[in-house]
Amino acid sequence: MAKSIDVSDVNIYYGDFLAVEGVNMSIRARSVTAFIGPSGCGKSTFLRSLNRMHEVIPGARVEGKIVVDAQDLYAPGVDPVAVRRQIGMVFQRPNPFPTMSIYDNVLAGNRLNSKKMKKSEADDIVEKSLRGANLWTEVKDRLGKPGMGLSGGQQQRLCIARAIAVEPQVLLMDEPCSALDPISTSAIEDLIHELKSEYTIVIVTHNMQQAARVSDETGFFNLKATGEPGHLVEFNPTAKMFANPDNAATEAYISGRFG
Amino acid sequence: MTDTTTDQPPRLDDSGSRATRAGDSIFSGLASAAGLTILLALAGVALFLVIEGAPAFTASGESAYGKDNIVVYVWPLLYGTLLAAVLAMVIVTPLAVGLALVISHYAPRRVGTYLGYLIDLLAAVPSVVYGLWGRVVLAPALLPLYLWLSDNLGWIPFFDGGESGPTHGRTIFTAGIVLAVMALPIVTAICREVFIQTPRIHEEAALALGATKWEMIRMTVFPYARSGVISAVLLGLGRALGETMAVAMVLSGAGIITIDLIGTQNPSTIAANIALNFGNASGSKINTLIFSGLVLFVVSFAVNFVGRWIASRGEVKG
Repeated sequence: MAKSIDVSDVNIYYGDFLAVEGVNMSIRARSVTAFIGPSGCGKSTFLRSLNRMHEVIPGARVEGKIVVDAQDLYAPGVDPVAVRRQIGMVFQRPNPFPTMSIYDNVLAGNRLNSKKMKKSEADDIVEKSLRGANLWTEVKDRLGKPGMGLSGGQQQRLCIARAIAVEPQVLLMDEPCSALDPISTSAIEDLIHELKSEYTIVIVTHNMQQAARVSDETGFFNLKATGEPGHLVEFNPTAKMFANPDNAATEAYISGRFG
Repeated sequence: MTDTTTDQPPRLDDSGSRATRAGDSIFSGLASAAGLTILLALAGVALFLVIEGAPAFTASGESAYGKDNIVVYVWPLLYGTLLAAVLAMVIVTPLAVGLALVISHYAPRRVGTYLGYLIDLLAAVPSVVYGLWGRVVLAPALLPLYLWLSDNLGWIPFFDGGESGPTHGRTIFTAGIVLAVMALPIVTAICREVFIQTPRIHEEAALALGATKWEMIRMTVFPYARSGVISAVLLGLGRALGETMAVAMVLSGAGIITIDLIGTQNPSTIAANIALNFGNASGSKINTLIFSGLVLFVVSFAVNFVGRWIASRGEVKG
């Protein structure tokens, strides 16, 4: 079910403001692709355009082609709701639904997709997804309790379980560990390694060690200059990126000699 | 907006220092005086109602407007008051929730803002104008509808219409509609505020799972806003209960108890009854009317109190 993503000539706007310009890349299936770069360079904006979440902001729009499974996501007639059901997303801050139990949180996406589910079927999905998110043993005795009662790291894994419960083709993660402590971060990174065998994962991170640890390929975004749009500076295998990058700006950023 | 009380750092206690600044003590004195005035006014009103209303406990016959005792006199009025107010809420709740959603989530921002102003403007119309409008425009306009309801749905007790059928539009149902329009601004404004406060991260969580806009609203906005909507409706109910002028002008009240909403014989409301009868009342009849006022005071006080309580209790953390 994992799919590759081909991006060609993507420009992303907020109203009249061009935020990200001219991105071309090809994201491999069953791999982890990390985006790094300074704040405000458009990496999260670009990530959000991969599942058409960018356009929920009034006035925001995307030009260019993003092709998943031979289908251009931005072709006329493509329903953004259908796109988001295929491409899951995990956010910076854990956001389980506050009024729902752990059980209902995991099933939230499935309940949107299909009207009726048998109880046993639902139970199976919940267990499988929570196991997939390495959360099952911690919560199996309190599935009826509110999801907000969990710790921050557990909440984030619950959000991952909720995202993979609908078996998406691609999983997008927008700085999934930036609100978490080091132990929870490590748990999520282990999880990303395991999920890689089944999903195409794209992750935005501010933490370069994290990018080096979890990703197979890395994209470095930067602003051309203050006030100018962000763009993709370099896209290479992570090993090459961190040892011997093609671009001088990438090396400056990675080695901390930036600005 | 969550626990402000527990998160605050310990307050700096400067009571030990001698030098109290003049500005501080003047301001705190003024603020306390303002707070105290409210309490005194409320206590004064309650005291007046109890003292003046108490003699009516034993009223009967002449002083209870020909009724056997005070309960028989007040109960139909209370029933009418509650019926009109509940009718108004049944009408206003879906309308206000829908309007608030349009303003907060559906309309483009500029349109939503102007629509919000427009609805707030409804609150600026004096109630006597609503009364005139209800009596002169709305009531005649609704009469054909009442005739149709009576002819076709007359088997439902609400639309019985009486033996001769509806002959005028000044029914409890019309009064309910007028009250609904009057309560619309406050209910809509509160709903709009709580809808807007739905955390963005929860809305995005729903959208990212592939929820449509309506599914997103059902999954995140409604659960988050539920207690806010309930308290908004109860505050609107409080307003509808006490409304006098519009009901007095619109409703042709007979002081009876009926569930027929469109008949010629309608229940009257406490506030309208006081307004219509007080001018001609004298002696113990005054006590009777004041006693009915006390009943209304207690009921609307309770409704407002419950509304506030639900609002404060149900704040969802997130």
